[in-house]
Amino acid sequence: MRTLHLLLLVFTTAAAAGESRIVLKDGQGKDSVMSQCAICHSLDYIVVNDRILNRAGWEKTVDKMINLMGAPINNADRQIIVDYLALRYGK
Amino acid sequence: MVNRRHFIKKAAGGLAALGSALLSKGSALAADLVAAETETTSIMDILSRKKALIKKSFRPPNYETPAGYFDAPFTPINAFFVRYHLSVIPEVKAEDWRLHIGGDAVRTPFTLTLEQLRRDFKSVEIAALCLCSGNRRGLFQPQVPGVQWGSGAMGNARWRGVRLKDVLAEAGIEKSALEVSLNGADSGVLEITPDFIKSLPLAKALDENTLIAFEMNGEPLPHWNGFPARLILPGWTATYWMKHLTDINVMAKPFDGYWMKTAYRIPSGRFPGGGFSSQETPATVPITEIVVNSLITSLIDGQAVPVFKPLEISGVAWDGGNGIAQVEISTDDGVSWHPAMLKQDYGRFSWRQWRYDFEPKRTKEYRIMARAISCSGACQPLEPIPNPSGYHHNAVQKITIRGV
Repeated sequence: MRTLHLLLLVFTTAAAAGESRIVLKDGQGKDSVMSQCAICHSLDYIVVNDRILNRAGWEKTVDKMINLMGAPINNADRQIIVDYLALRYGK
Repeated sequence: MVNRRHFIKKAAGGLAALGSALLSKGSALAADLVAAETETTSIMDILSRKKALIKKSFRPPNYETPAGYFDAPFTPINAFFVRYHLSVIPEVKAEDWRLHIGGDAVRTPFTLTLEQLRRDFKSVEIAALCLCSGNRRGLFQPQVPGVQWGSGAMGNARWRGVRLKDVLAEAGIEKSALEVSLNGADSGVLEITPDFIKSLPLAKALDENTLIAFEMNGEPLPHWNGFPARLILPGWTATYWMKHLTDINVMAKPFDGYWMKTAYRIPSGRFPGGGFSSQETPATVPITEIVVNSLITSLIDGQAVPVFKPLEISGVAWDGGNGIAQVEISTDDGVSWHPAMLKQDYGRFSWRQWRYDFEPKRTKEYRIMARAISCSGACQPLEPIPNPSGYHHNAVQKITIRGV
C-alpha cells in the first residue's frame, strides 16, 4: 500500500514535469518497456543512452535492474525488453 | 560531440535571451521545450522553485546548470544542479526532521532536531565546489552509459553548518570505529531497491572541513539540494554529499551496500586520490578526490569574434583542495601557453575564477584552450582518462572561435 501510494505520488509529480511526453521509438515490446521500466524511472534514461550500448550492454543493464535494483520483471518480459532495447536503441 | 555541446550552450543562451518575463511563465515554456524530447536528449525544464535547467532525466530528477551561471563566484541556489539516484524524494518539514546518530562503534546513540543541530554546535562556513563524479560523462568518446552530463553537474557555494566531528564526539566514538555511513530521506520506488547509502573513512569524517550543512549561500538549503541538512565533504566528489540526511552511523566494519561496493568505483592506480583503504580491492577503488580541472565560461564553440577588439577569455578552475596555482591559456592550438590572471581566492575548496585578455588580429579560426595546474603540481591531461563509468573527465577543453 505504501509503495502504491508513493507510486501514484511520484507519477503525479512527474507528469506535471513533462515526463509523460517522452516518446519511445515504435516497435515490438515497447508497451512492456513503458509499463515496466517506468515503474522506477522516467524513460528518458533509455533515450539518452540511444546507440551507446550494444545488445550485450542492454542485456547487462536490464539484468542489473532485475538483480541489483529488484525490478519485478519475469523471464519472458526480460527477453522482450532486451530485444526491444537492442533493436531500437542498440549500437 | 561538438554538436551536442553546442546545442547545450545554445539552448542556455537562447533561454537567457528570452528574458525574465517569459521565464516567469515557467510551465508554459517548459512544455514547449519538452516537445523537443524526441529530437534531442537535452531540453530545458523547470523544477519547482528552480530556474530552467538542462534536464537530463525527469525521474529521478537530474538537471544540470547552464554554463552562463558559472560567471559568478557562487552559483545561485535556484540554478544549482540537481542529482538524485532514486525516485522517491519526500519534501521534509523542518519541524518533523530528525537526525539519528548511531552505529556499532558509538557509545551513546542520540537524535537531533534541526533546532538542536543549529543551536548546540559551533557553526562554520566553507566555500566549496560541489562536483558530480560523472560531470562531463557525455563528452567521453567512445560514449559511456549513464546520465549524459555536460559541464554543468557542478556548482560553487558557501556552505554553513556544523562539523561532523563535533556531532560524533557527542555520541562518543569507540576505538573500533572504521567508517561512518550516511543515509538520506530519499529512497527507491520498490522497497527492495538498495537505498542510497554512502560511507566515509573515519579520518575524513573527523576532518574539520566535513560539515553537516543547513545553509547554502546564506539561505536555508533548497529542497532539491538537500533540505534541511546535507553532508558537505570539501575536495571529494558530490556522491558523498548526502542530501536530506537522516542517519549517520559509526561502524567497525566496511559498509558493503551497492552504492559503495559496486557503484562509484574507478580502476586502481589510474587516478590520483585514494584515502579510502577500507573500501579498496586490487581491481577498483572508490572515487574520492576531485581531480584538477577548468572550464572556459565566456566563449561558445564556433563563436564569431570581431578582430582588433579586446576579448576577455574567462572561466573557473578547481581541484580537490590543494588550491589552484596557475591557469594557462593557449590561443594557438596548444603551441604556446600564457598565464591567466587568477581572481579572488575564496579558499582551497572553492573554485577559482580566472581571466585572460586576448585580441584576435586575423580573420581566421583560433583554437582556445585552458589548463589548470594545482598547488600540488597536478595538471589537466589533453585527453580524458578512460574508465568504465565515465568519471573524472578533466581533459583540457578546446574551443574554436572565428575572428571576423
